[in-house]
Amino acid sequence: MKEGVRSVVEPPLRWLGERFLTLAEALGQVTKLFRQTITWLYKVEARNVMAQMVEIGVRSFPVTSLTSLFTGMVLALQTGFSFRKVFNEPLYIGSVVGLSLVKELGPVLTAVVVAGRVGASIAAELGTMKVTEQLDALYTLGTHPVRYLAVPRFIACVTMVPLLTVYADSIGVLGGFFVAFVRHGVPSSVFWDEIRLIKLHECYHGLIKSIAFAVIIVVTACYKGFTCGEGAEGVGRATTSAVVVSMVLILVSDYFLSAALVALGIGR
Amino acid sequence: MIRVEQLYKSFGPKPVLQGVNLEILDGETLTVIGGSGCGKSVLIKHLVGLLRPERGQIMVDGVDITRLTEQELTKVQGRFGYLFQGGALFDSLTVGENVAFGIRHLKPMPQFLLERRVSETLAMVGLSGVEPLKPAALSGGMRKRVGLARAIAYAPRYILYDEPTTGLDPIMADVINELILDLQRRLKTTAIVVTHDMKSAYKVSNRLAMLYEGRIIQVGSPEEIQHTTNPVVRQFITGSSVGPIKVPMAGPMSGKSQ
Repeated sequence: MKEGVRSVVEPPLRWLGERFLTLAEALGQVTKLFRQTITWLYKVEARNVMAQMVEIGVRSFPVTSLTSLFTGMVLALQTGFSFRKVFNEPLYIGSVVGLSLVKELGPVLTAVVVAGRVGASIAAELGTMKVTEQLDALYTLGTHPVRYLAVPRFIACVTMVPLLTVYADSIGVLGGFFVAFVRHGVPSSVFWDEIRLIKLHECYHGLIKSIAFAVIIVVTACYKGFTCGEGAEGVGRATTSAVVVSMVLILVSDYFLSAALVALGIGR
Repeated sequence: MIRVEQLYKSFGPKPVLQGVNLEILDGETLTVIGGSGCGKSVLIKHLVGLLRPERGQIMVDGVDITRLTEQELTKVQGRFGYLFQGGALFDSLTVGENVAFGIRHLKPMPQFLLERRVSETLAMVGLSGVEPLKPAALSGGMRKRVGLARAIAYAPRYILYDEPTTGLDPIMADVINELILDLQRRLKTTAIVVTHDMKSAYKVSNRLAMLYEGRIIQVGSPEEIQHTTNPVVRQFITGSSVGPIKVPMAGPMSGKSQ
């Protein structure tokens, strides 16, 4: 009887235990990677940081522009229709578009776009370097891979993602203004007066979250790249996993970060 | 001098090194031979600190490198040049930047001296004027030679060659063998070569060591190895599928050994 119970209970418990151990090991490695990155922040080559800023920031401008422009436009379109139904006229489009973008959609959408474009590229590049022994070569040439590869990407990501977020907010608001003005006939003075009502601490709310998202993207991508499995299959898995994990973490952490920031009075 | 004592390493449940003992004398070229997957590359990765053993000692110039911290290890790594199997050139850098990489990080020097050193080193491996090219533009043999130039550019005391002739045509393989011999004569470095190419092993080595089932089972000069009575070594050097070495077979013979 006891044996029967054991044979039923043991496999799921073993499965759970193994998953827990794997997760604990991964968390330990991510923490170590983050600590090493922070330790070597001051020892970075400026040339590498600039190259990564161009790759992560400048090359993300076109896709960020498109995403935020159309997000602002559709937000204005839907808000106009909804409020027209309730109040019989398109009220508060500027406030809704501005606050939604600055506090929520700007940082989250920019982070999701960067996670897809840059996170995948970092994981694939580092993963390929691992399977072709380039990471080992760095060690033998007196350079720690975290210092040479992760630190410049970290600095570039943490500086460029907030900048991209500010840019995305602006483009989104412009898109929203265009639809509000052309489609719903909202006077420009009304729209911009509502935008001017957005407080600075509400902008900080979005910016602080964008910095946290940047850390999530770059640490996840570097970790997945450094721990990539063998061969092309390993690189493919690391790349997919880096994007999926980053996006999930961005969306989950967004709720908790928002709650924490509002509790602290930032963007309430 | 490098001395390896009772080195053990496993990957998961699979034991790879099971008590390796080996001594590499100053100025010699020692080649570690053995079948594919027997742990030759794992052994030399331990010598430079890329892998940490479970047990055992690796004495490099009297210092046990298995006990060093990552930072202390970096100083020891500066004494080693490592030619990787596929070259392991950095794709994002040019050939010149690849060769200069080790000098920049291990033995910094003024830019004009650095450029001269890079040109001289590339000339030593027969590749003058390729500094601006990217590794993707090079053939397999050229990549190996650039890898070799990168490994010797900062004048290391020890050079580790991981399968230097694998994947090359016979002529290019001989070019690499000649280069190893030439560098040995000119730089007077200590070299450790890992290969299963017996022609190359006989040509470049002062001594050979056979790694089998996680242990060094015989060490000797090329002549001694050629005339060995050890049946395992004999089977390996003659390339026979019949003998005491277990050969994993696919298909219906799976699980059996010959």
